Amino acid sequence: MWPLLGLAVLIIGFALRLNPLPVIVAAALASGIGAGLSPLGVVAALGKAFNSSRYVSVPWVILPIIGLLERAGLRERARTIIANMAGATTGRLLLAYLLFRQLTSAVGLTAIAGHAQTVRPLLAPMAEAAAERADPAITDAGRQKVRAMAAATDNVGMFFGEDIFLAVASILLIKGFLESQGIIVAPLELSVWAIPTAIAAFLIHGARLLAMDRRK
Amino acid sequence: MIGLPFVYAVAGSVFAAWSLLTLFDGAQPRRFTSAAFWGLLALSFLAGDHLDDLGNGVLVLGLVGLGGFGLVARANPATTSDAERAASAARHGNRLLLPALIVPAVALVGTLAAPSLDFIEAKQVTLVCLAAGAVIAVVVTSLWLRPPPLAPLQEGRRLVSQIGWAIILPQMLASLGAVFALAGVGQIVGGVVGGLIPDGARFIAVLVFTLGMAGFTMVMGNAFAAFPVMMAAVGLPVLVVALGGNPAIVAAIGMLAGFCGTLMTPMAANFNIVPAALLELDDRSGVIKAQVATALPLLAINTLLIWGLAFR
Repeated sequence: MWPLLGLAVLIIGFALRLNPLPVIVAAALASGIGAGLSPLGVVAALGKAFNSSRYVSVPWVILPIIGLLERAGLRERARTIIANMAGATTGRLLLAYLLFRQLTSAVGLTAIAGHAQTVRPLLAPMAEAAAERADPAITDAGRQKVRAMAAATDNVGMFFGEDIFLAVASILLIKGFLESQGIIVAPLELSVWAIPTAIAAFLIHGARLLAMDRRK
Repeated sequence: MIGLPFVYAVAGSVFAAWSLLTLFDGAQPRRFTSAAFWGLLALSFLAGDHLDDLGNGVLVLGLVGLGGFGLVARANPATTSDAERAASAARHGNRLLLPALIVPAVALVGTLAAPSLDFIEAKQVTLVCLAAGAVIAVVVTSLWLRPPPLAPLQEGRRLVSQIGWAIILPQMLASLGAVFALAGVGQIVGGVVGGLIPDGARFIAVLVFTLGMAGFTMVMGNAFAAFPVMMAAVGLPVLVVALGGNPAIVAAIGMLAGFCGTLMTPMAANFNIVPAALLELDDRSGVIKAQVATALPLLAINTLLIWGLAFR
């Protein structure tokens, strides 16, 4: 049971709202030492895994182009577009984005949108502009809620669209795991069962988005 | 073959430039430690494969020491004023949106053309296209708008410094997952969860499986880490073998139950914590709070779907 010490460290650290980076190192040390590794062995294991997961941090190379366009007024332009569209409410705008994100992810195009690529420079300013038109007295807290919902919509759209695509990592992981247990399934048999949940996600999250327009 | 070495060289160069610009920015708070943080990330990208595991581990401790104790500060390089931005937006109109489409367009073309482009490593098409698209977009936009030569890097530095230490959180959590796997955490959790199910209770078994997927995903920050554990502990032995469930349905919808957990945890930092920094939210949990009311009903529906569909 000693390796579970790391989970306890992690949960306590997050509950106390400590900076997560030292908490993660402490959790790794607790679990690793609990499982009989030496402290240096744990540091080396962390380093090896950090090095082989560098691809996770590659998408930040997009920041120079996003910053360059923001410098030239991209966010202001995004706001103007929404100001000129009479029927564009926050809820309808985010609903359209949700559908776009689910459909493009379902055909494997998860990389064409994201928090740095589309949410910060385009979707969030557009949603804020629409919210301002509906309620000119909107508070800063209200604006932050709109921005948070824009980010949430991107996540929901991608998570519950991508599994419909045959070659996505999670489908391949499932197929590989079942194969290792002697159960052979085709990717299509798996991805077709992502469709009911995708529809449910669209209905639930979409209803919440439209409800944003009714509530002031 | 263009593959990860190219991608890491691009990313490493960008982080190295951010480090140097930080070092020579007299107005930068916590100048030397901030420059060191971005410099260590550059080192990891450019030379990580030449360090041994312990060397990389020490590099990680360095990043945590700088990032975990408030030594990395925001940058505020010179930029355009609000009025200049509004004027530029009015002058360029919707054409401003076009450069933002270059990266997705390169990703789209690359993904579609990948099978016939044999000079790109097939497994890395997405990352190669992302890095190449980012470079192409900066070059094209600079030729068009003629900003000061360092503007793309300085504007990128402003954005990356808003994210700050949280930028390494996703990679750190992935590394923690590897240490947990090494320590056998998954097997222990799976054993505990598997013991909770009374014999033959189909609905309770499904519920334990989906809640276990969501809950363990919340702890690990990643449904991929939770999936093999819960499948080995509950999915296969109980739902599939003992109760006769369809393995494809149990596995596919079980993974989606895990995704509901991803929406509710700070451990899924790249989806939940980093965007909060990027969108300048005061509440680090703001994105998670916006997602809970979608994730919980969806988790209930996934439970009912497995219960209703897998045992026909």
